[in-house]
Amino acid sequence: MYEIIVVGGGHAGCEAALASARKGHKTLLITGNINNIADMPCNPSIGGSAKGIVVREIDALGGEMGRNADKSLLQIKMLNSAKGPAVQALRAQADKITYPKNMFKTLRNTKNLEIREALVEDLIIDDRTVHGVILEDGEQITSSIVILTTGTYLKADILVGDTRTRQGPHGEKPSNHLSDKLGEYGFNIIRLKTGTPQRIDKSSIDYTKTKEEKGDNHYWTFSFDNEIHYKIEDQISCHLIYTQPETHKIIRENLNKSSMYGGLDDIKGVGPRYCPSIEDKVVRFADKEKHQLFLEPESLYYDDIYIQGFSTSMPRDIQEKMVHSLPGLENAKILKYAYAIEYDAIDCRQLKQSLETKVIKNLYTAGQINGTSGYEEAACQGLMAGINASLSLEGKDPLILKRNEAYIGVLIDDLVTKGVIDPYRLLTSRAEYRLLLRHDNADIRLRDYGYEIGLVSQERYDKFLLKKEQINHLFEYLKSNKLTPTSEVQEYLKTIPTTELKDGISLYDFLKRPEIKFKHIEHFYPILESDEVKDTVEIYIKYEGYIAKALKEAEKMIDLDNKKIPKDINYDKIHNLASEAKQKLKMIQPTSIGQALRISGVNPADISLIMVYLKKEYHYES
Amino acid sequence: MNDTIAAISTALGVGAISIIRISGSDAIDITNKIWKGKDLKKLPSHTIQYGHIVDGDEIIDEVLLSIMRAPKTFTVEDVIEINSHGGIATTNKVLELLLINGCRLAEPGEFTKRAFLNGRIDLIEAEGVMDLISAKTDKSRALALSQVSGNISQLIKELRQKIVNVVANIEVNIDYPEYEDIAVVTTNQLRDCVIEIERELKNILSKSETSTIIKEGIKVVIVGKPNVGKSSILNCLLEEEKAIVTDIAGTTRDIVEGDISIDGILLHVIDTAGIRETEDVVEKLGVSKSINLIEEAELVLFVLNNNEELTSEELEILEKIKDKPAIIIVNKTDLPKRLNNIPTEKSIIYLSAQNNIGLDDLRREIKLLFNLEKLETEDYSYLSSARSISLLKQAYQALEEVKKGIENNNPIDMVEIDLKNIWNLLGQITGDTYSEELIDQLFSQFCLGK
Repeated sequence: MYEIIVVGGGHAGCEAALASARKGHKTLLITGNINNIADMPCNPSIGGSAKGIVVREIDALGGEMGRNADKSLLQIKMLNSAKGPAVQALRAQADKITYPKNMFKTLRNTKNLEIREALVEDLIIDDRTVHGVILEDGEQITSSIVILTTGTYLKADILVGDTRTRQGPHGEKPSNHLSDKLGEYGFNIIRLKTGTPQRIDKSSIDYTKTKEEKGDNHYWTFSFDNEIHYKIEDQISCHLIYTQPETHKIIRENLNKSSMYGGLDDIKGVGPRYCPSIEDKVVRFADKEKHQLFLEPESLYYDDIYIQGFSTSMPRDIQEKMVHSLPGLENAKILKYAYAIEYDAIDCRQLKQSLETKVIKNLYTAGQINGTSGYEEAACQGLMAGINASLSLEGKDPLILKRNEAYIGVLIDDLVTKGVIDPYRLLTSRAEYRLLLRHDNADIRLRDYGYEIGLVSQERYDKFLLKKEQINHLFEYLKSNKLTPTSEVQEYLKTIPTTELKDGISLYDFLKRPEIKFKHIEHFYPILESDEVKDTVEIYIKYEGYIAKALKEAEKMIDLDNKKIPKDINYDKIHNLASEAKQKLKMIQPTSIGQALRISGVNPADISLIMVYLKKEYHYES
Repeated sequence: MNDTIAAISTALGVGAISIIRISGSDAIDITNKIWKGKDLKKLPSHTIQYGHIVDGDEIIDEVLLSIMRAPKTFTVEDVIEINSHGGIATTNKVLELLLINGCRLAEPGEFTKRAFLNGRIDLIEAEGVMDLISAKTDKSRALALSQVSGNISQLIKELRQKIVNVVANIEVNIDYPEYEDIAVVTTNQLRDCVIEIERELKNILSKSETSTIIKEGIKVVIVGKPNVGKSSILNCLLEEEKAIVTDIAGTTRDIVEGDISIDGILLHVIDTAGIRETEDVVEKLGVSKSINLIEEAELVLFVLNNNEELTSEELEILEKIKDKPAIIIVNKTDLPKRLNNIPTEKSIIYLSAQNNIGLDDLRREIKLLFNLEKLETEDYSYLSSARSISLLKQAYQALEEVKKGIENNNPIDMVEIDLKNIWNLLGQITGDTYSEELIDQLFSQFCLGK
């Protein structure tokens, strides 16, 4: 008997199991292959725009992904460093051998956590409540809570050209019955598709024909622990190339052989819009002469190079021709062929904000089974499912992050409110208040939650409190110290260059000038705080106006999100409610007026009717 | 629901005092921004104040204002009522100012709804509110759509498309910074974009005919040969002696102006000197000016004398006004008819200004010509137009923020926040608030992927 069983050992499963075990609950992690725990079957990278901020958020809450990535870096960059602070995010190449190894080590060293290799094919269900799992051989393991993080393994089919093979990534055995069972229990099963490009033998690539892309000349960490495990000069480069007219010709001539373009006629899965195959790009953007490809190293321990941007479901002989048409890859040796993969997922609108399903009590789901894509998206859901499953065992309310608090909040709210058609990727454009959801302030937004829940140690929390104190101190310091228009000051200002002073000006106001950085202030006043503290303070001061506007907007949303809709509301009893709205509301069961308003097809007049009804039936305080 | 709402809560009519009601936690703060008089924050509850509504330095209206603080009000929120005397154009302007400064236009029945939600009225009344909301919403929605004419909403849609192209490009630059083959939006491009948006916004506002009618009134000229009774007709419409009326032809040498209101819609009327070949230099100036005025006018009232035959000049005028909104007035019906058949397709109104007969027919005809019937009876169409104007003005304000951001060298992704806001505001006018629109645009316009 376990308290929590996590099914699946990918990025979602690892975070879920760690959160649960660290909170002191007896946890079992079941995975199809222990060697594939925390595997990265696609890109050898962690982070990216918005996603890098999610990794910071996971870390702030006490999750593992950031720390694990920091231990496994091949290269790291701050994206958008020339743009504003709201859109900067870290992206790293992570070693595909080291990352899983480090994660596995952490799992093994965690108290209350057991790991077992097995395939789950059914759940023990009684009275719409889950009580454990049933393995392939019929063995039953009981638990109070089950978290499903099955990734692409539900009825996985690998598609290459005209062949369809029932298997998961790396030729692993998929789960053939679990999704049918979930369907029987009342879940709507949808079919999704994604793909991955070829891996090339590094020694067969002529790098002279490529453009080198180096890591940053600056130390970065995802984690707020700030522990550096790499050397700037040891970073491994990526390389940029472009597709050639010949590549496009080969693709066009063989289009009907691609699984997605007629090679297979039984494809139901919907592929991700943000991640089209190369044949998709050539067809949809026919006027584009070339497409960008990145050659990315996978590991220090083997020679595979990943061709980012070249995912395809062409047959192998065509893939050979395509790869050889690329500059520097004329004699490339393909170690693994590209493939598309089709898999089952559940309709995520059947989930609560806590990630517990509405269909079966005590059953949680996280990651690709919920229709998302990406390691970071999976990991953050796993963490939240693990946290909320634990809180439920402890008889506490779930932790629901708001859209103005975290990208994690945006992601989960989008899933449960809007559902998905194609695999969901986080983008900065999905966040209404991206200025509030920054890389630098993830700890300020979420550290308190992590500490309260018990996933952030006292030591780490004290470190955070100290940082907050330093931020406040620096604000005060800047407000109370002045620059006066002495000739020395004016001369220096000319060299920056910036407008000379008319009167004395506080350092605070001086820093508001776009061209002024801390180093200019430090010319006159010593600043002892760390770069981290200075960054946060500078952003607040420079973009005060924008931030204030975003906060004001967010406040309106919070008001609406704080108006709760009772669980037992009967929408049939509300007269005049539009039928489309009624149907959507019944399906999604929004917990607040704010969430209801975000459902497409529910308009403000419907919301008014609900408000009036709530007041009448529930003496609801608005 | 806690936002502050405003609406004109009296029926629109001539000469009546209009009441603009504001309710919500920011009612006092927002009104203070457009109020010149004692600081509203310091005034006791349930009192009436005298003062002015201002737009910056410009005085819009002289008003009496009631201030009622929560909870002893109809909605149980802070409530302000402004008694405006200025007719529909002024009242509308006051509402517009409130909307620009942070109020939201109240939905149909919303004051009542708030009263109910805040426990001010009981359940039986509430049932009525439910019906009110559902019945009026569809009506106002339909009207809102009909009000923004196809032409204007098309212009808005085109402008939104232009904006979203740039916005999507900027967001792609943010989300896919490693893509070197996707053009990066530069500050200079953004400057061009701002110029274009500004031009288009102006164009949209000027093309919005209804809003012009409400805001500035209809420009009307009364023309006719000397002593045909133009000034008498003007005086009848004005209901006061403004133009000097005599029997001597050419008495009205100066152009006499007056504003009249027909069911709340402003007519800006100009009475001109008579049209006639003349040797009198002073009068000649008046005549050529009146022909110019015909060109500028939005409505021509052409007055003929029932008692005289058509002259060649009058036939010439008939030709001149052929393609303009015009009404032919045959005055002096109290005298014997000597007038021949009038070669025109315009409506003809027979009246006697001296005996005040037929003036109602004239008013009705003017209303008909400008479709004012609709404005009079369907106050929601009028409101939705005020809403559109306020949204357009908010878009202007956001555009100013964009400009400021560019000038201050702020990063492009910061400036884009305000640009996106313009796109959202315009979407609220046309009802396009599809949240996935931008994301769809991202993936249809740019080639991205692994």
